[in-house]
Amino acid sequence: MKRLQEHFEVHDPNLNLIIQTSIRILVPFVQLFGLYVIVHGHYSPGGGFQGGVILGASFILMGVGYDLKKSMELFPEAWNIAMANLGTTIFVGTGLVCAAAGGLFLDYGALSNWIGIEPAAWRSLGIFAVEAGVGFTVTSVMLSLFWDLSSRGELDGGL
Amino acid sequence: MNKRSPLKILALCSTLITGALLLYGTKDFPAWGDPNSPASAHLSPHIIENAAKTTNAPNLVTAVLGDYRGYDTMFETVVIFCAGIAVTAILRRPRS
Repeated sequence: MKRLQEHFEVHDPNLNLIIQTSIRILVPFVQLFGLYVIVHGHYSPGGGFQGGVILGASFILMGVGYDLKKSMELFPEAWNIAMANLGTTIFVGTGLVCAAAGGLFLDYGALSNWIGIEPAAWRSLGIFAVEAGVGFTVTSVMLSLFWDLSSRGELDGGL
Repeated sequence: MNKRSPLKILALCSTLITGALLLYGTKDFPAWGDPNSPASAHLSPHIIENAAKTTNAPNLVTAVLGDYRGYDTMFETVVIFCAGIAVTAILRRPRS
């Protein structure tokens, strides 16, 4: 009986219901806003870092409201590591492709040697690719830091 | 209680001296927002005039971070990535 009481003090079912329902409603909007911040970085304040943090926070919100398992269902651990690597690779790869096209490292305008749209358009696309890479890395690193720090690296219960 | 080792006193002294030298060096910086400082006189006008045209990005901050200082941003990303890898390598011991 006492254990049951303790359990309900820690996991109040009504409280959990309210929190989980509101988080379920909130998370899609948070994720949409995160994507907007990444994609709209050319025109408004924002970019890869900020949008990545918002996207990562949406998964952290799932981890706080439910538990780590739920957030690891949504964003599996292997995908998380792969995405962190992919983001950094996109950034460095963009720079290397620019160097291969005959410019300097990260000189996106040089890509017009290969596909003949004007350099300004290529620079815009290059900034977008780089921001997307930053967003990938920041999203997955935020989430993986939360997983490790909240469960002492055991990835079981969480908070 | 714990004895202060001479190495720690040496470290404290060198930290204080380095800090004092750095603070002394900031005296020669241009004042904050000084319109005649080299950054405001040469770099900022160039970026303000050319960035939107050459990068098609109306947000100058994004243009500077993503294009003019792409190298800096790249290593910021790498720093975050390394932090994530380090925490994962040190802490993660999944009980599966």
